[in-house]
Amino acid sequence: MMDTSASMTLPGTMDLRVESRGQREPKPPARRQAAAPWQDWAFEHTTMSFAVLVLAMLLAIIGALSYAALPALEKFGLGFLFTNVWNPVKSEFGALAPIYGTLVTSAIALLIGVPVSFGIALFLTEMCPPILKRPLGTAVELLAAIPSIIYGMWGLFVFAPLFGDYVQPLLQKIFGNIWIVGPLFKGAPNGIGMLSAGIILSVMVIPFISSVMRDVFEIVPPVLKESAYAIGCTTWEVVHNVVLPYTKVGVIGGIMLGLGRALGETMAVTFIIGNAYRISSSLYEPGNSIASALANEFNEAADPVHRASLITLGLVLFVLTLIVLGLSRLLISQLAKGEGRRT
Amino acid sequence: MTTASFDRASSGRYRKRLFLNRFNLAMSLATMAFGMAFLLWILTVLFVNGFAALAPTLFTQMTPPPGSAGGLLNAIFGSVVIVGVATFVSTPIGILAGIYLAEFGKDGWLASATRFINDILLSAPSIVIGLFVYTVYVAQVGHFSGWAGSAALALIAIPVVVRTTENMLHLVPSSLREAAIALGAPMWKVILMVTLKAVRGGVITGVLLAVARMSGETAPLLFTALNNQFWSVNMDQPMANLPVVIFQFAMSPFEDWKTLAWAGALVITLAVLVINILARTFFRQSAAR
Repeated sequence: MMDTSASMTLPGTMDLRVESRGQREPKPPARRQAAAPWQDWAFEHTTMSFAVLVLAMLLAIIGALSYAALPALEKFGLGFLFTNVWNPVKSEFGALAPIYGTLVTSAIALLIGVPVSFGIALFLTEMCPPILKRPLGTAVELLAAIPSIIYGMWGLFVFAPLFGDYVQPLLQKIFGNIWIVGPLFKGAPNGIGMLSAGIILSVMVIPFISSVMRDVFEIVPPVLKESAYAIGCTTWEVVHNVVLPYTKVGVIGGIMLGLGRALGETMAVTFIIGNAYRISSSLYEPGNSIASALANEFNEAADPVHRASLITLGLVLFVLTLIVLGLSRLLISQLAKGEGRRT
Repeated sequence: MTTASFDRASSGRYRKRLFLNRFNLAMSLATMAFGMAFLLWILTVLFVNGFAALAPTLFTQMTPPPGSAGGLLNAIFGSVVIVGVATFVSTPIGILAGIYLAEFGKDGWLASATRFINDILLSAPSIVIGLFVYTVYVAQVGHFSGWAGSAALALIAIPVVVRTTENMLHLVPSSLREAAIALGAPMWKVILMVTLKAVRGGVITGVLLAVARMSGETAPLLFTALNNQFWSVNMDQPMANLPVVIFQFAMSPFEDWKTLAWAGALVITLAVLVINILARTFFRQSAAR
């Protein structure tokens, strides 16, 4: 009796405050709102309005960009997405080349970044001596703290020359004559281009993917791992047969998060991709990503159609990352939900 | 006898398993080394080039035209002001929205939707945020300005603050809330003076992380604050800021501009790393208490 009426008796103590409304209301039975004066209502709704503001931000971004993109969409229609032309002089624009560049560089980033991130997460959760766990984990996270413009400068001035002088000719020698793969490594090895951009992106997404993988690896119930060890599994077998199947959804979510990051990364790519509206089968050739096209051209675009075309590119990028990041978030939360039931 | 035949029969398979295990763990170690190598490489390059370019004039002179000596004073000042204003705006918004998610909305549809969108905005491409501020503010007013730069950065910071505030509030034991309620405090007092105070350190950590994130952002400033070669204190005008100056100078063909860009890069990275480390120690201290 005492317990249930606790919230009801609250208004009784309210004479401490100068609050007439609260005093008139102690009669209606145990509803918590009844005990709360107008201040609480105001406070709750103030905080709520800011939460709604966050929601509205997303809609506002999509709305404003769509509106600003209209001139380009009216002129080129949906074909904008599938045309490979970028001619500010004639005012003809198509988004295929930057979209292609964005997808190719992100794909390279994942191709390298995912295995490396997996290795790092594996090392930190299964192999690392406990004393080193925190410093090494922090060090990996520092990779994400370095501003992307620093990656860009390092990439342009240090990485690209070395890569062009030593690694690219080597790759050409190894893969150059192999069927299908060969054309990817054609062209002048000068260090600038889509491959270099992809590799730098891969370093940039490692901290994001590996931190998600690390988190999900750590939620695997120890009992499962211990039972596998008890029947004689090696560490790798435990990871491969117990940890990975258990965390599959979360791992994919982490990869999607990395993809979302890679798609939208701007400055580092702008420095090193070469900025050419070109679709070429060779990864050594310069290209362009959506973000780098925006960073390079937007301020110089005087023609309204040119400007609207660039904004349309931005809208495409935003919607693309929205889908990828949304999926990532759904997958990760699905794992987190399942965790409660399964353990 | 039996053990010997067992060994012979299974040793091949056993050795293969052991080998696979060792090989994969070695690869795992190698990937860790790969990551660390890149981190050290980048930082070494940055420190070597940056310290070589570091000079006291950096903090006393304006950005120069090519071919003459100068510093980065106006850019550093501009960055501090733009980030400062953005922090000032985004902190209360982020904290209040975070409070709603943790204390009122909980598992309701509005809170769930906000949480979902917030997580997406957390990783949304920052250049699109800049584009958004350009279309709704710069294009309407007709000129680039420091205010626009702050607005873009604030939009980037809000999700960071929302996320950390909510996570921190979840850590508060409900007995603390119940005790305050039992004393007759209204909800807003309970939240502002008890729960929020209990996780003050964590919330400050979130704000610091947001500041660190904003300080390094270049893309959203390109279309908003733009740049200014001169000393500029007027927030309604294009404003110099470190990231855009670095971008412009690094991409230029002039050697002395490139040197300044390295110096600026060092300044900005040191600032970001120091803020990051500060945030971590802050968090650990408040968690220990």
